Amino acid sequence: MTADAHAAHHHEDFYVEGGKGIWSWLTTLDHKRIGLMYLWSVLLFFFVGGMLALTIRLELMNPGKDFLTAKQYNEVFTLHGAIMIFLFLIPAIPAALGNFVLPLLLGAKDVAFPRLNLASYYIYVLGGIFMIYAIWMGRVDTGWTFYTPYSVKASSAVIPMVLGVFIIGFSSIFTGLNFIATIHKMRTPGMTWSKMPLFCWGMYATSLIQVLATPVLGITLVLLTMEKVWHIGLFDPERGGDPVLFQHFFWFYSHPAVYIMILPGMAVISEVIPTFSQKHIFGYKAIGFSSVAIAILGFLVWGHHMFVATQSQLASIIFSAITYLIGIPSAIKVFNWLATMYKGSVQLKTPMLYALSFIFLFTIGGLTGIFLACLAVDIHLTDTYFVVAHFHYVMMGGNAIGFLAGLHYWWPKMFGRMYNEKLAQIACALVFIGFNGTFLPQFVMGSRGMPRRYYDYLPEFHTMHMLSTMGSWVLALGFFLMAGYLLASLRVGAKAADNPWLGLTLEWQTASPPPLHNFEKQPIPKVGPYDYGYPVHEPKRVPGLGGKEIVHGTGD
Amino acid sequence: MLSHILLSPWAPFMPPAKSDFAGSLDTLYGFIWWTMAFFFVIIVFLLFYLPYKYRRGDKPTLTPRITHNLALELTWSGIPALLIIVIAFWGFNLFVKAYVPPGGDVTEINVTGKQWAWSFEHKDGTVIPGELHVPVGRPVKLVMSSTDVIHSFFIPDFRVKSDVVPGRYSSIWFTPKEVGDHQVFCTEYCGDSHSAMLATVHVVTEEQYKETLENGGLPKEAPPAQRGALIYQRAGCVTCHTVDGVRLVGPTFKGIFGRTEQLVGGGSLTVDENYIRESILQPQAKIVAGFEGQQMPSFQGVLNDRQIGWIIEYLKTLK
Amino acid sequence: MAQEINRLPVTHGAHHEEEHSPFLQHHFASMDQQFEAGKLGMWIFLVTEVLLFGGLFGGYALMFSYHPAAFHEGHHHLDVKLGAINTVILIFSSLTMALAVRAAQTSNKQALIKYLIITFACACGFLVVKYFEYSHKIHEGLLPGTYYHYIHQTTPSDPHIGTYFAFYFMMTGVHGLHVIAGMSAIAWVLWRSLKGHFDRNYHAPVEITGLYWHLVDLIWIYLFPLLYLVR
Repeated sequence: MTADAHAAHHHEDFYVEGGKGIWSWLTTLDHKRIGLMYLWSVLLFFFVGGMLALTIRLELMNPGKDFLTAKQYNEVFTLHGAIMIFLFLIPAIPAALGNFVLPLLLGAKDVAFPRLNLASYYIYVLGGIFMIYAIWMGRVDTGWTFYTPYSVKASSAVIPMVLGVFIIGFSSIFTGLNFIATIHKMRTPGMTWSKMPLFCWGMYATSLIQVLATPVLGITLVLLTMEKVWHIGLFDPERGGDPVLFQHFFWFYSHPAVYIMILPGMAVISEVIPTFSQKHIFGYKAIGFSSVAIAILGFLVWGHHMFVATQSQLASIIFSAITYLIGIPSAIKVFNWLATMYKGSVQLKTPMLYALSFIFLFTIGGLTGIFLACLAVDIHLTDTYFVVAHFHYVMMGGNAIGFLAGLHYWWPKMFGRMYNEKLAQIACALVFIGFNGTFLPQFVMGSRGMPRRYYDYLPEFHTMHMLSTMGSWVLALGFFLMAGYLLASLRVGAKAADNPWLGLTLEWQTASPPPLHNFEKQPIPKVGPYDYGYPVHEPKRVPGLGGKEIVHGTGD
Repeated sequence: MLSHILLSPWAPFMPPAKSDFAGSLDTLYGFIWWTMAFFFVIIVFLLFYLPYKYRRGDKPTLTPRITHNLALELTWSGIPALLIIVIAFWGFNLFVKAYVPPGGDVTEINVTGKQWAWSFEHKDGTVIPGELHVPVGRPVKLVMSSTDVIHSFFIPDFRVKSDVVPGRYSSIWFTPKEVGDHQVFCTEYCGDSHSAMLATVHVVTEEQYKETLENGGLPKEAPPAQRGALIYQRAGCVTCHTVDGVRLVGPTFKGIFGRTEQLVGGGSLTVDENYIRESILQPQAKIVAGFEGQQMPSFQGVLNDRQIGWIIEYLKTLK
Repeated sequence: MAQEINRLPVTHGAHHEEEHSPFLQHHFASMDQQFEAGKLGMWIFLVTEVLLFGGLFGGYALMFSYHPAAFHEGHHHLDVKLGAINTVILIFSSLTMALAVRAAQTSNKQALIKYLIITFACACGFLVVKYFEYSHKIHEGLLPGTYYHYIHQTTPSDPHIGTYFAFYFMMTGVHGLHVIAGMSAIAWVLWRSLKGHFDRNYHAPVEITGLYWHLVDLIWIYLFPLLYLVR
């Protein structure tokens, strides 16, 4: 099969076919190139955000002042949050990986609106520039949440920061809009909704949130800017406004945004696990629908950020109840992934190791979420390091680890090169150990009462902070190793096969890297994306891709 | 060290439970903790066992085509759902209790948060900054508000917390079980010295409580300068003004008395009793050059004339 | 689902000509698919617009409930007549836009151009009226937030009237930006009509611009009573 595909090549890969030179990249309408431009951009911002994180941990290693003043510390954690969330976590999987693989998975030549796609990238860059300008102006120390009235009184550098986030919001909206239209209208003939790979379902759910929630954030930030410029009296209690109203507006977006961050991670895992188990995904419909369920429920829980923010008790009870509901589709997914491995043929390559790390970390993130959903317990735990640890387990253990799983899974497809497997596994282990080392102690000190966003702390928390900081060094070591072998693979990596992991989804049925228009001819999915193996009651090999060719496929 | 962290094996990592509510909350927390630990162990076991048991040999083998199993899926959705319902109702019930004080003999204390200190006004009008004195064994209700940005009042040992919002009142209540001291944190980010916005709860006997109110929360026989030093700590002056010459948000107090300061907008003055008093009550009246734009809050209504007098005596001692 | 597959023509003879339309982008299989995708995209975009204005409406509703007196007083400063004229202009322009779409569908180039010009002219008229309203407000000091200083009355009877004018300027301002965006789209479609791009087989840009323009009108129909007729 693979040999045939090579023989039938009429086209060079998209790196060649799309033209050479910087201009051919900057003006490209090819979803693959736009995806790669996003990829390098989000990685750059991930590096910046990561260095800020290390700075935070280093300062917190000992109580009192180490090398930052309180002001500087507050600016650093604000930038860490804002950069990681708006410039890395939100675009990482949809805009970078999703842009590259979604049309391939659907058997399409491109996304529905290639020009809008390129525009969304430049809007993202423009938003990033605004945020960098704000950093250069200095004194953005509001936290990434921009809570009023603090942000109203804070320095005017908050305005370019907020406008930067506003602009990036449009980039996110355009990506979401593009993906919804692409999924609805661009599927190759024969790919029905129920034959769509789960990554596409995850992208669909994510896009719905991006489209429905982001405009509200946009207008909220405009209102905040107007409050700072015109003093309109909406959020400022000194002028008859309501500071808690801002929190409602803000979390109406930013809570769904949490699912913009976690659903794509889940989507990647749902691809990686069946492939590396060579087994049909367990509960396709349950996973697909639970993504959409999470997306919808995600809109109804914003108030759980405000259980102690003087909102009415009845509102808190309702928000809490709906929050628990989200636990159920999340639990279903975890059990489905586990069940997929049952009687599988499991190969522990790097993407699979990241997928397993994801399940471990996301499980901790999810289970600790139950503590925070529980109203009475949340009184004690909210605004402590327990929350910090919880959302890092979900955001980083979920989104970032899911992103790394996807990055390693699709790296051969994107660059046509294999990375060094052994180094990759070592890096994965370092990231796993370092991550837990950094954030497990934070649960402990959070329960003990250590508040978040503290520059200084009581001596009783010293041991835990010390452990956490040392964990962050292991984590950083893992990431630097990863940067090393990934970049090296671009030069010295072995040439990747078209289908190195023996996947059934359509991106593996074309060359690595794919030609400009993705496929030599319109791909027709003969079998479903997960039709590995044979029917339980019918121990025969199914024809086509499902059985025989898997066994004899050109492996790694 | 672990024994220090694991005070209670039922509620791991929680601080000592020092109020009635804290005890009942820990029961719920422990129930969730062990339930979640149970699920975690199952999931992690499967996470290691399945990839090991079904590991691939040299070549991938054909795998059975198991697409779903309704009974199994209903089981693993249903059991967590039932447990969650238990946790939810238990949580609702305690939550309502946490914010609705019992009727009867409740000691009400007004709490004011401002950048970056707490002050406590007792029923007889005594204002004590930085130190909350409460009588043991009786319900205490705190009625809280902020004069600038949002703060949050958190006593870990009592498991109570509420945001303190400008322009509205919020309240918490607790019944301290025994005499002792407890830490208060501000848990809503409020600016530069957020992490220094601390206070102490002193749970004292009924007699000591009365005595404390009579003395304004200060030692009975202490000289004025020593009292001033305490107020300097408790009223939060310390969060912006050092006494060792280091510059923070505001000018250092080291050698301040009698110092000649350049003012914003030209002119200079020598720091004397009247300037100190004015700067405490109307901080924006005369600002020392180099500190433009710093919003020191007024202490009008927080510190009375006697207390300001003690602070002046204290500043005189800082050479 | 079966229908969806059928709609993606692989060997349909009837669609053969369309596949070679100069306006078919390479990544679409047919003009139908391209049109459907474009229309869906615009509908989604309209949803985001509604949510964007939803935030403003939400803030307005809350502030109105906090300070009803200020909002009542504020609306007396607005000229209901001018607001009503603008409402009529926009409703009329919606009609001409719909007629333009109809003209494109029936390959009536002359009518298409005529109706697009009328629609564009209506949009200009709307902005001219808006300009007079704005300059009048600015001249009288009826400005948002702390900038409010009504020249005929030195102390405002309600301290929160600046909030009303903040919402007035934000809502009409954001709407005005949408009008300008709509005009750019209409101008672009008009330019392409003049070049004869549209006929019964290809008129997606006209329809999609029309959808957008109807939303711009619809939002004004909500803004007019909220700001001018509030009681």
